[in-house]
Amino acid sequence: MTARFVRTLTAAALALGAAACSSSSGDPLAADGGSAKPADGKTVVVGSANFPENVLLASIYSRALKAKGVKVEEKFNIGSREVLYGQLKSGSLTVLPEYNGALLAYLDPKTTAAGTEAVDAELQRRLPAELGVLDPASAEDKDSLTVSKETADRLKLTSVADLAGKAGELVIGGPPEFKSRREQQFKDVYGLTFKEWKPTADTTANALKDGTVQVGNVFTTDPRIVQLGLVTLADPKNLFSVQNVVPLVNKAGVDATATAALNAVSAKLDTAGLTALMKRVAVDKEDPSAVAADWLKANGLG
Amino acid sequence: MNWLGWLTTFFTAPARQSGPDAIAHRIAEHLVFCGEALLWAVVLAVPLGVLIGYTGRGAFVVTALTGAARALPTLGLVTLAVLLAGVGDTAVLVPLVALAAPPLLVAAAEGVRGTDPVVRDAALGIGLTHRQVLARVCLPAAAPVLLAGLRTATVQTIATATVAAYVGLGGLGRYVVDGLATKDYPATVGGALLVVLLAVAAQLLFAPLIRRASPPQARLTRRTRTRRTKEPR
Amino acid sequence: MDGEPLVRWHWIGDHLGYLRDLALDHAVISLVPVLIALLAAVPLGLLCARLPRLYQPLAAVFNVVYALPAIAVFVVLIPYTGLATRATVMVPLTCYALAVLLPATVDGLRAVPEDVRQAATALGYGPWHRLAAVELPASVPYLVAGVRVAAVSSISLAAVGALVGRGGLGYLFVDGFQRTFPTPIVAGIALVVLLALATDLLLVLARRLLAPWASGGAR
Repeated sequence: MTARFVRTLTAAALALGAAACSSSSGDPLAADGGSAKPADGKTVVVGSANFPENVLLASIYSRALKAKGVKVEEKFNIGSREVLYGQLKSGSLTVLPEYNGALLAYLDPKTTAAGTEAVDAELQRRLPAELGVLDPASAEDKDSLTVSKETADRLKLTSVADLAGKAGELVIGGPPEFKSRREQQFKDVYGLTFKEWKPTADTTANALKDGTVQVGNVFTTDPRIVQLGLVTLADPKNLFSVQNVVPLVNKAGVDATATAALNAVSAKLDTAGLTALMKRVAVDKEDPSAVAADWLKANGLG
Repeated sequence: MNWLGWLTTFFTAPARQSGPDAIAHRIAEHLVFCGEALLWAVVLAVPLGVLIGYTGRGAFVVTALTGAARALPTLGLVTLAVLLAGVGDTAVLVPLVALAAPPLLVAAAEGVRGTDPVVRDAALGIGLTHRQVLARVCLPAAAPVLLAGLRTATVQTIATATVAAYVGLGGLGRYVVDGLATKDYPATVGGALLVVLLAVAAQLLFAPLIRRASPPQARLTRRTRTRRTKEPR
Repeated sequence: MDGEPLVRWHWIGDHLGYLRDLALDHAVISLVPVLIALLAAVPLGLLCARLPRLYQPLAAVFNVVYALPAIAVFVVLIPYTGLATRATVMVPLTCYALAVLLPATVDGLRAVPEDVRQAATALGYGPWHRLAAVELPASVPYLVAGVRVAAVSSISLAAVGALVGRGGLGYLFVDGFQRTFPTPIVAGIALVVLLALATDLLLVLARRLLAPWASGGAR
């Protein structure tokens, strides 16, 4: 323990020394700096949104591509869909792990498509010519309304519909973009108007546990649902739609090899598998890239 | 890029007129955070600074402490505080106090140390206790420097409190962070403008206070004496 | 937090290379802007020291720049400099550094006593010679003091860039926050502070070399 600690400190000091000296001399990280040029068909830029599961999925894509000899640049954890979509369209990013239902809702907030196939067909129609989605995985990570066990028992909640007449006293939490995406839909579909919207960001599950919010938008693969004993409410009117994991690509940037590599990932990725991987990332605090490498090896893709 | 259009959109949206996202409400939240943080910083840093300045001891500690405290990354402190204490007041107060305290500590120490030693000795000579010398001689003389330090701390706190929005707290940072998340540039730009206006207003508020606190003979030489050194935000 | 320790030491031990890479990136995105700002501040400061009428409005503008929240500036720059690029973070940091360095330069140049200046002229120094031999060296302590403040501030501020995908060590804060994992956050705070202190130490040494007469003096 002590020896390791000393070693850690020494290495940190060395790293800092090097860092302090390198500021004016050259560019030690030139490989991942600068702007990407996906149009040359050589380097594929894999991006990810700013939540751990998306980083994990992007790591899987990135490693699967590298395994097939594709040159990859990684730009992970950089923002919400609203920010990333434009970057993909302009070609600054080539591949992005997406969720078909959420992406369709972004492109067409009034969509009524339900079921993986209908959503995918509608997606292909809605996407601009330069973008496309590849094969969807069976793995799903839905948005959900989730409550603590106490709240569920106290208000007798099992489904989102049970919130009718009670929503006005409840504070709802989620990512900052959750309100502008969903507020109107809750009104239209379930007739719900919540007391207050709190942008609890990545701490939503914890905020449910400690009572800062009573209802929260927690992803269904979030291991904290099990860990903290939370209750996910059923969604009988399918407000959250299907959410299959799917690679969204800038068509000019991916060739046949890259497409095949990404589709091979989708063929093997299921919800149970994804949830298990997420436990390793979010609970056991393993690196997404290491978890991704293990999964690819286990599935004969890495 | 139509900046004026963005600002018009931002300021005229109905959500900005009433409710939790109203401009008045967000400004109030922002001011409450900053006010609380500054109050804590004053309570913690000023007595310590006065003591160090008066006794002349521990000046090295001040330099080392403030140097390290200035380097503390607010984003790191905010995220850590939220993980440890949950989303709430503590999470935003700890980093803001850490940010506001160093300039106050330095200002208090330097202000008191800068008191004319001849005057101080004379005051002790006529029989005043140390406590009386501090209250009647040193503190009034240190007031302009102390107020300038408070001004620096206030501007920094106002500008930096925006970061708190990342971990889910309110204030003007909400416009900036939500604007980023939903690609709503009008909100980001409008929020930034409000922060700057608030910071400038705070600066203007301090100007007459500092002038009033300066002794008359110092006022004549103000031009050369009160140029302040910038502090990091 | 449910039993998660404040620091998992083995995580740090397992990630030394990763932490070094982030620290290097952090040093580049935070310190190169200070260097650029310094190169700009000296000529600009010379101009301002001669033309107070130019300096007043310029100082006012930089005063406002200084109060701009960094996240907002990063966001607004994205359409021009790209998402998650170094430029998005480095351009605003350069402006913040300049806001500190310009007043420091002007103060330094103005601090040369008038009689010293006249003595140099009497010795037959031309304006350029006087600048190089008297005024610039005399302002070194002020400049170094300014660079110290700017560098520490820049290092601490660069972390916010992580919210737009490029913040060096700031990534540790975002990652740790997202995974309710304090270890990377603690490591990140420690490394940012260490980087700032190391830089500050180098600057103090630089001042001893460049202006040995001023050691221990000017702040």
